[in-house]
Amino acid sequence: MSRLAGLFAQLQNAGRAALIPFMTAGDPSLAATVPLMHALVAAGADAIELGMPFSDPMADGPSIQRASERALARGVKLRMVLEWVREFRMTNSHTPIILMGYLNPVEAMGITPFAEAAATAGVDGVILVDLTPEEGRGEAVALQQRGIDPIFLLAPTSGQERVVIVRSMGSGFVYYVSLRGITGAAQADWAAVLQRVQDLRQQLGLPVAIGFGIRDAATVAQVAGGADAVVVGSALVDQLAECATDQEAVATAIRFIKPLAQAVRTAERRSA
Amino acid sequence: MGTYALPDASGHYGPYGGRFVAETLIPALEELEHAYQEAQRDPEFRAELHSELRQFVGRPNPLYHAERVSKELGGAQIYLKREDLNHTGAHKINNAVGQALLARRMGKKRVIAETGAGQHGVATATVATRYGMECLVYMGEEDIQRQSSNVFRMRLLGARVTAVSSGTRTLKDALNEAMRDWVTNVESTFYVIGTVAGPHPYPVMVRDFHRVIGDEARVQCLELTGRLPDCLIACVGGGSNAIGLFYPFIEDKAVRMIGVEAGGLGLSTGQHAAPLTTGRPGVLHGNRTYLMEDEDGQILPTHSISAGLDYPGVGPEHAYLKDSGRAEYVAATDAEALAAFHRLCRTEGIIPALETAHALAHAFRLAPTMRSDQTIIVNLSGRGDKDIHTVAALEGIHL
Ligand SMILES: Cc1ncc(COP(=O)(O)O)c(C=O)c1O
Repeated sequence: MSRLAGLFAQLQNAGRAALIPFMTAGDPSLAATVPLMHALVAAGADAIELGMPFSDPMADGPSIQRASERALARGVKLRMVLEWVREFRMTNSHTPIILMGYLNPVEAMGITPFAEAAATAGVDGVILVDLTPEEGRGEAVALQQRGIDPIFLLAPTSGQERVVIVRSMGSGFVYYVSLRGITGAAQADWAAVLQRVQDLRQQLGLPVAIGFGIRDAATVAQVAGGADAVVVGSALVDQLAECATDQEAVATAIRFIKPLAQAVRTAERRSA
Repeated sequence: MGTYALPDASGHYGPYGGRFVAETLIPALEELEHAYQEAQRDPEFRAELHSELRQFVGRPNPLYHAERVSKELGGAQIYLKREDLNHTGAHKINNAVGQALLARRMGKKRVIAETGAGQHGVATATVATRYGMECLVYMGEEDIQRQSSNVFRMRLLGARVTAVSSGTRTLKDALNEAMRDWVTNVESTFYVIGTVAGPHPYPVMVRDFHRVIGDEARVQCLELTGRLPDCLIACVGGGSNAIGLFYPFIEDKAVRMIGVEAGGLGLSTGQHAAPLTTGRPGVLHGNRTYLMEDEDGQILPTHSISAGLDYPGVGPEHAYLKDSGRAEYVAATDAEALAAFHRLCRTEGIIPALETAHALAHAFRLAPTMRSDQTIIVNLSGRGDKDIHTVAALEGIHL
């Protein structure tokens, strides 16, 4: 069983959602990346989304845009991101790692070399924000052949035919974007989101993660009961951006993640 | 037209084009595609567009025989397709009118646009006012500096101009920011993309709105010279004025088509904006096309004296035309464009846009190698009033 499938099976038994923090690889420093990943796990993260920086992050708000710019300015390359995952895997073999980014850097490496290198490094899933299932058939197959889940997104605007395509091509889980907008924006109507996620979980037969607009423990508590996973990105990236040293970043990550981890563990479970 | 029938149903030109955007936008692009197909079939829409192009834009514009400069060069006869004489001073208005009419038909009350040189922003602001729609234009901070008169024009026309400070603070970043706005306001907002790039159906829709350039030029050339031109030349930023001129001639295999990219400080310096001449295929801004990128797939900063060509990508149809060999792509440097700018001012009494000056530079190189009974049509994509500050500054004159 893949790490992601194993995680969701285990949490199904435990009756709770996964907490998946997002951090940009190489921010707030190159050296902090792997220690931060371990810190997230130590604080209670169930999986990690690791951002692959791109020069033109069209779907991201200012927090993640700036984090990508800073990381690129420090010289982060896709190969370094994979190397960090490999390093992380030397002492952690159970926490799923999902790479999140845009297609072009992956295409520049070549999807087959990328999929092979990612599998060797210990990557479990890949989200490419600008790659829809229609355009991404070849990529999805290349990843799946090497045991990596291609994770697709659905949005409030997605109609039923989109759900069918994603169900036929995605694996691991499906990422539900809670709002019309970019990362870091605010979502007001969580009741509507939870209703949609409820429907999607039944239609997809795959775990559904909710992301975008989740910034604090109160919101995590509010949505965790109705989803299989909760993703927190910009809020963490903002906290880390303030840190002057790597030690401070690690301490900040732990302090920030702990209450969120607590929230997924105590959230009231809605029917799956 | 004969056998050329691209893009295919999913918006691909061979391996190029397509639809590479966040999931949230896919339904909006499908809605746009359907609305556009319907509008195209609707005689009323076509009649309205035609009437607007005549009454508001001022079409048809002339195909002008630039006799003095042709004689001076001593080769082919150069004809200028006078898009600079359109209302707002560039070809951009053809597309802005088309998309704004479509936006109105779709019931959208708010339009947004990205702009580099400001010509597309001015065109969009103009039509938004004309059709009573709210307009917001995204423009890179650097471009706001060098095209300040266009920024003021947009504001006079009632548009809001938002400075974009991310990335390289130029056209590509303005496009990113416009996409982010669109994702956020997708229900109320129509995104008027200013060139033949972006996700399907933008490249085909923008081409169709600009093909009037080539359609007119073809008829005018036959009238004036009795035959088709030997060569078409246009500058290529995203490629809209070029495709507008080229497209109606694609099946006329004897007509050479040459796109001129911004060679900046010289191709060997890396300081340029010539993805077709120097780049490789990748995915940016919703489509697969030639890009200027590093070996890690990060988009490279570009340089051009002209803000409108300062873009690391290019429309996917040009990528296809390059690979297929049907069109050729070359570059002209900042210095060559400037020299051509001055030459046209002095010989023909026409101040061209700096973007356009790149096309002129290549025409001036090529004409002397051709016979005097041959013809070159240059797309005079815009007038240069917006650029006089830039040119003056290079001469140490502060206006
Ligand atoms: C006068 C003029 N010509 C050309 C361009 C380049 O755009 P495109 O390649 O889409 O025609 C611009 C863009 O701003 C322009 O203003």
